[in-house]
Amino acid sequence: MEVFLQQLINGLTLGSIYGLIAIGYTMVFGIIGMVNFAHGDIFMLSAFIALIFFMLVTAVLGTSAGMILLALVIVLALAMFFTSLWNWTIERVAYRPLRGSFRLAPLISAIGMSIFLVNFVQVVQGPRNKSIPPLLNKSITLIESSVYSVQISYKQIVIILTTAALLAAFWYIVQKTPLGRAQRACEQDRKMAALLGIDVDRTISITFVMGAALAAVAGVMYLVLYGVVNFADGFTPGVKAFTAAVLGGIGSLPGAVIGGLLIGLIEVMWSAYFTIDYKDVAAFCILALVLVFMPSGLLGRPEVEKV
Amino acid sequence: MANNPTANTAAPGRDLKAAFKEAGFAAFVTLGLCIPIIAWGTRQNMDNVLVLDPRWDAVAWAVGIVFVGRFLVALRKQGQQEGKAGIRILPHGTIAFFQRHSRVFSLFGLGFLVTFPAIAIGLAGWGGALKWIDNFGVQILIYVMLGWGLNIVVGLAGLLDLGYVAFYAVGAYSYALLAKNFGLSFWILLPLAGILAAFWGMLLGFPVLRLRGDYLAIVTLAFGEIIRLVLINWTEFSNGYAGISGIPRPTFFGIPFTAADNGFAAVFGLEFTPLYRTIFLYYLILCLALLTAFVTLRLRRLPVGRAWEALREDEIACRSLGINTTNTKLTAFSIGAMFGGFAGAFFSARQGFISPESFVFMESAVILAIVVLGGMGSLWGCAIAAIAMIGGTELLRELEWMKTGISLFGLQIPGLGNDFDPTKYRMLIFGFAMVVIMIWKPRGLISTREPTAFLKEKKKISADMVQEGHG
Repeated sequence: MEVFLQQLINGLTLGSIYGLIAIGYTMVFGIIGMVNFAHGDIFMLSAFIALIFFMLVTAVLGTSAGMILLALVIVLALAMFFTSLWNWTIERVAYRPLRGSFRLAPLISAIGMSIFLVNFVQVVQGPRNKSIPPLLNKSITLIESSVYSVQISYKQIVIILTTAALLAAFWYIVQKTPLGRAQRACEQDRKMAALLGIDVDRTISITFVMGAALAAVAGVMYLVLYGVVNFADGFTPGVKAFTAAVLGGIGSLPGAVIGGLLIGLIEVMWSAYFTIDYKDVAAFCILALVLVFMPSGLLGRPEVEKV
Repeated sequence: MANNPTANTAAPGRDLKAAFKEAGFAAFVTLGLCIPIIAWGTRQNMDNVLVLDPRWDAVAWAVGIVFVGRFLVALRKQGQQEGKAGIRILPHGTIAFFQRHSRVFSLFGLGFLVTFPAIAIGLAGWGGALKWIDNFGVQILIYVMLGWGLNIVVGLAGLLDLGYVAFYAVGAYSYALLAKNFGLSFWILLPLAGILAAFWGMLLGFPVLRLRGDYLAIVTLAFGEIIRLVLINWTEFSNGYAGISGIPRPTFFGIPFTAADNGFAAVFGLEFTPLYRTIFLYYLILCLALLTAFVTLRLRRLPVGRAWEALREDEIACRSLGINTTNTKLTAFSIGAMFGGFAGAFFSARQGFISPESFVFMESAVILAIVVLGGMGSLWGCAIAAIAMIGGTELLRELEWMKTGISLFGLQIPGLGNDFDPTKYRMLIFGFAMVVIMIWKPRGLISTREPTAFLKEKKKISADMVQEGHG
C-alpha cells in the first residue's frame, strides 16, 4: 500500500509533465489536423532555455530557499516567452506555406524541423548532459512507517500545483474568451470561421504559441525534477505525450491531461511492479491497443466519415 | 516563365523602405530566437560545475545574415509580384523534358550505375575508390532500395508507415542470427529474411487495418520503437546494445573474399585488395534495388497494384466497388516489408556488425522523407531524392578544406580554424533541407502521376490535379 501511494505521487508528477506536452499536440492536431512532430523537440529546447535563464537569474538572486522560488517564477515566464517565439517562427517558416497542401507535406516538414532542432541544440550547446545542482530537495513525509515511508518532495508539490494552476488558466482561455471561441470555431470548420470574420492564420499562430508556452512549462518542470537535460531528450517524452493525447482523445484538452496522467502512472507503476526495461514498450503497446480498439480515445468525439 | 510578358516588367519603383522594414522585423525575431540559446553556451568547467560562455558575436552574425537575406528576398519578391503562375496542369520545363525522354535517361542512368565502380577506380585510383563505391555507391543504393520498398506502402497504397525501419531490423537480425548460429549461406537467408519481414509486416498490419492517416503513422511508429526496444532489452536473443558482431560475409558462389588461398583473389589469380568485396556488394545491392523497381513496375499493372492506387485515391469508393481493402492493405504492407527485409539482410552482410542503434526512428523518418520528397509513387523521384539527401550528407563529410582554407582561382579563402567541425552540421543541414524542399515542392520533386489504365492515349497529369483521400 505504501509503495503504491509513493508510486502514485511519482506517477502524477511525471504524468503532469506529459499532460502539458500533450496539450500542444492535441491543440495543433485539433485545429489544423497535423501531427506536430517537432513539438517534443520544442519541449527539449525549452528545457535548455530554462537552464540558461536559471543560471543567469540565480547568479543575480543567489540560491537561498525563497530566492529559488522567485527565480523559478522568473525563469518560467522567460522560458514561456522565448519558447513561444521559437514555435511561432517555426509555424511561420515551416508550416504556414504548406497549409492547404496535400496532407503529408506538413508532416515531412515537421519531421525535418525536428531533426533540425535536435542538431541545432547539439551544435550550439554541445552533446553532453547539462546538469544543475539539485534544488528544492526537502520533502514532507506523509506516512511514517518502519518499512517504507511515503514522501512527497517540495519539487513534486511545485510541479503538481503549477501544472494545475496553468491548466486551469488555459482551460479558461479556451472555454471563456473570444480567442478560445475563435480557436474552437477554426477547429470545427476553418473555411466557415474565415467567412465569419475570424483571422484564421492568426488563430493558428496563437495556438502554436499556446502549445509552446505549455511545453515550456513542462520543460521547466522537467529541469526542476531531473536537474539534467540533453539534446536528445525531446524524442521519447514527445512520443509519449503524443500517446497521451491520442489516449485521451485527440482534440480534447481534458483528454490530453487525463491521458498524460495515465501514461505517467502506467510508466511508473510498470517500473515499480514489473521491469524497468520494458516501461516504454508498455506505453507504446497501450497506444497501439487504444487506437485499435478505441480509435477516438477516452474523451474524443468519434470521427464522422463524410462522403 | 520567360514567355509570360507580365513577369519581366520588373518593379519600376522598388519599395526599399518596405523591404527594409520586413528585414528589420526578421532580424528582430532572430535576435529573440538567439538570445537564450546561442548567446550563452553552457560548459562544464574544471570543477564539473556548469558555467556560461557569452557568445554575442555569433548572435550578431546570425542577426546580420538574416537581415541581409531577408532584405534581398523581399526585394526579389517585389519584382516578381505580378507574374504569378496559376495551377500548372501539365508538367513544365525541365521536368517535362526529362519525362519525354525518360527511356533515354533510364538507359543512361543504368549504364552509369553499372559502370560506376570502373569510373570510380579510373578517377580515384584503386586506393581511393573504396570510399566512393562504399560510402556513396552502396550507401545510396541501400536507401534507394528502402525508398522503393516503402514507396509501395506509402506511394502506391497511400498507407503512412513511420515504422518501416522495423522490417529493415527484422531482415538484418534474421540474417545475422541465422547465419551466425546455423551457418546458413547468404543466398538461402536472403529470401528467408524477406519472408520473415513480410510475415512481420502482415502481423503488424492486421491490427492497424482499421486505422487511417495520422493514426496509422503513430501506431506504426510505436511498432518500430517496440521492436527496437525489445532488441535492446532482450539480451539473450539479440545481445542488446552491444549488438551482433562477426556476421558472416556473403561469398561469390562459395568463394569468400579473403586473402586466403581459396579466396576470390587467389582463385582468379588477382592481387588481393578489399575492393573486390565492395564491388561485389555494390553489384549485389544494385541488383536488389533493380529487382524492387522491376517488381513495383510490374505489380502496378496487376489488379493488386491498381487496387493499391485506387485505395490511395479513395478508400470509400474502393470499398463500394467491391475491392477487398483488407487484403489490399495487407499485401501492400507485406510486400513493402519484404523489400525492407532484403535490404536489412544485405545491410548486416555488408556491415558484419549490427546493433539496435542502426534502427532508430530517425532512419524511418529519412526513408519516408526520401519517398515524399521524391514525389509519392515516383521511382525516379525516390532515386533522385535518395541521391540528393544521402549523397549530399555524405559529401558534407568531405569538407576538410573548410578547416584549412582553400585556394580558389588564385584567391586564398581562409579556413575557419581547426575548432570548426563541418561534420557536426551534417544532420542540421539535412533537417533544414527537408523543410526547404517541402516548401519549394510540396508534392515532391517529380509530382506527376502516370496512370496505368488509360482510354486512348497515355497522358501524364500533374499531381496538383489529384485530390488525395485519407487512406
